[in-house]
Amino acid sequence: MKEQARSKTVIVDYRAGNLTSVKLAFAALGEDAVVTSDANAVRRAGRVVFPGVGAAASAMANLRTLGLVDAVREAASDGRPFLGICLGMQILFEHSEEDGGVDLLGILPGRVRRFPDVPGCKVPEMGWNQVNGLDMAGVPDGSEFYFVHSYYAEKGPYTTGVTEYAGVAFTSAVRRGNMMATQFHPEKSGRVGLELLKGFLAC
Amino acid sequence: MLTKRIIPCLDVRSGRVTKGVKFQNNIDLGDPVEMAVAYSEGGADELVFYDITASAERRPIDIGMVEAVARTIRIPFAVGGGITSVADMERVILAGAEKVSVNSLAVRKPEIISDGAKEFGAQCIVLGMDPVRSDNPRCPSGYEITTRGFREYTGMDAVDWARRAAELGAGEIVVNSVDADGTRAGFELTVTRLVAEAVSVPVVASGGAGKPSHLADAFDIAHADAAIVAGMIHTGDWTIAQIKEELAAAGVPVRRFW
Repeated sequence: MKEQARSKTVIVDYRAGNLTSVKLAFAALGEDAVVTSDANAVRRAGRVVFPGVGAAASAMANLRTLGLVDAVREAASDGRPFLGICLGMQILFEHSEEDGGVDLLGILPGRVRRFPDVPGCKVPEMGWNQVNGLDMAGVPDGSEFYFVHSYYAEKGPYTTGVTEYAGVAFTSAVRRGNMMATQFHPEKSGRVGLELLKGFLAC
Repeated sequence: MLTKRIIPCLDVRSGRVTKGVKFQNNIDLGDPVEMAVAYSEGGADELVFYDITASAERRPIDIGMVEAVARTIRIPFAVGGGITSVADMERVILAGAEKVSVNSLAVRKPEIISDGAKEFGAQCIVLGMDPVRSDNPRCPSGYEITTRGFREYTGMDAVDWARRAAELGAGEIVVNSVDADGTRAGFELTVTRLVAEAVSVPVVASGGAGKPSHLADAFDIAHADAAIVAGMIHTGDWTIAQIKEELAAAGVPVRRFW
């Protein structure tokens, strides 16, 4: 019974965006992921998905209010398969320029910055952009994934995917052991996105 | 490099995809979910569904269709038509749509844009606009906003309205030219460019696509970030792969792996 509970994939709901697409993408792979705001459910989970869209400051405030900070920190550090998505990746870093400066979880070294104003480059970056360096089965190097974001994480020691926008080469994917995270949305990135999620489920 | 998005538009009427010219002479094209799958597998970067008769018939959006599409395809899609409130937006987004599009409603009630953006984030809120060439002195850009499927002239300047909508929180603006709609003779580049240069959010060219060079013009000349295609692919005259091949040859960055 306990073994079974441990194998579950949970999607952390901290009031940072709509989770329907993430749940449906896992369903398409035959995985019935459970959406939860309960820290104990996150602690018991075999696999943790940490999505998020929106503002960093309110997301951090929600994590604290819901008592999820420690459970998410553990899940991203204790060797269990962990997947951060979009804001859920940015929050793993140390600090963001957003909202006048926000301290983040600090699980990964590095900072999150706003895209500079460059003529012809709209902010947010919205659409499909190439990810280079991502080493995943079924995903050709340079495949395009779907992005929606105004802030980016600087490159660092755990960067595994790099993408260019507005004159910046930024971290579009990170990996440390079973902990991975993406700036893009694998759940909205067609076949290559599903391949990435399949790789996560195989961890 | 961020690629230029090609977005098939599916006009849905009574559960079927239809196509007409200037909202007239609609013909049946097929089942929305089957067409969504075909275009998604064919390389579409995003889809947009307009529940085109919803407003006129005063009935809500077909949420069952939105759910069926969301279960089936794994690329972003937007839904418009029949949105009357933030609660409607929420139903569509919770059903799995990435974006909701408002048009006539936002002209009547601009606060729907800010209310929606506050609730779901600006990236979820698309403003659709239907500008027409106009010599109305209240429209210095030369383009006036129409509503209710081109039936009503509002006296609002298209560029002013785009700026205001972006300030209110629209995350993207679809410029659907009344003059070009359904003609397959090319996008209305002037108004598209005026809007694209006036706002800092992505702008989608819509209305008039008939061949790949029309899309290249929308990107290169009008500075659009994405382009909507309908008749040229619905008829089978072009596939999305062929459009992308021609665009790539013309130096336009497009998504290659799907």
